[in-house]
Amino acid sequence: MKIHLNGKPVEVQSRTLELLIPERGLHPDALIVELNSKLIKKENWAETILREGDTLELLNFVGGG
Amino acid sequence: MVALQKDTFCLGDVELTSRLLTGTGKFASRDSIPSMLEASGSEMITVALRRVDPDGTRKNILEYIPDSVHLLANTSGARTAQEAVRIARIAREAGCGRFIKIEVITDMKYLLPDNHETLLATETLAKEGFIVLPYMMPDITVSRQLSDAGAAAVMPLGSPIGTNRGLEMKPMLKRIIAGSSIPVVVDAGIGRPSQAAEAMEMGADAVLVNTAIATSQDPVMAGRSFALAVKAGRMAYLAEMAERKEYADASSPLTGFLGE
Repeated sequence: MKIHLNGKPVEVQSRTLELLIPERGLHPDALIVELNSKLIKKENWAETILREGDTLELLNFVGGG
Repeated sequence: MVALQKDTFCLGDVELTSRLLTGTGKFASRDSIPSMLEASGSEMITVALRRVDPDGTRKNILEYIPDSVHLLANTSGARTAQEAVRIARIAREAGCGRFIKIEVITDMKYLLPDNHETLLATETLAKEGFIVLPYMMPDITVSRQLSDAGAAAVMPLGSPIGTNRGLEMKPMLKRIIAGSSIPVVVDAGIGRPSQAAEAMEMGADAVLVNTAIATSQDPVMAGRSFALAVKAGRMAYLAEMAERKEYADASSPLTGFLGE
């Protein structure tokens, strides 16, 4: 299925948010997830089903002034 | 006389002893951040929010910051008030606390803040319970409007971000400090401890220093030197230094011995 991940269209296999994180080679610690402009807490990742055309933002805190 | 050990200031309902705010950007080695915080005594440090780097294997920036230090998320990357508000909400929900440094920039050459959008974001976020610290272009009217909108402090720039040029805006900063009913934190452009001291001597409540500390060869030593300068400048302000004079004013009596 195709979703918009961090501003780019990508093809993904995983059906849930929890599975998608490792599929993208990411570590779940400190990851901030916004799905269709709504923040999804880590405890809800497993039950969050991804759908065609979803807009997903995977964010984290970085150094900045 | 104000006892220096009790010389605190408040950002919202949070009382701070250190008048040096620091940042986590540009460190060659982030391992020096905890020691820099300890050496500088800084009680508040900025962080930014970005999309994850898929190739990034670096540790979470928050792991370098002790729990005793307040996090100040910034809204860097925002070009509109709406984007700044979005970043602020995400940062708070992600556990970054109530402090938010509003940074809305559209001028990419000098990275100067957009005061209009900054004011709009301040109005919204203050109503939502954030402790709002807007980074702003020094402007007395806007400073007052930000205060009315519920900002916990104003953060006018000394000079453009990362330039180390010091207080290019000095006359306007002085006027803002003189008229502000909320704390004034001079942010951006402070590249030397002497410049930080100068801001504090003028009566700034605090300064925010990132680049100068992070890009020095020894950020721990630099952090300490800024802390000392901030304290020295603050003490000079409290001591109410005498004005400059045009002509000499002898320190020793001119009469009473030779030539009389």
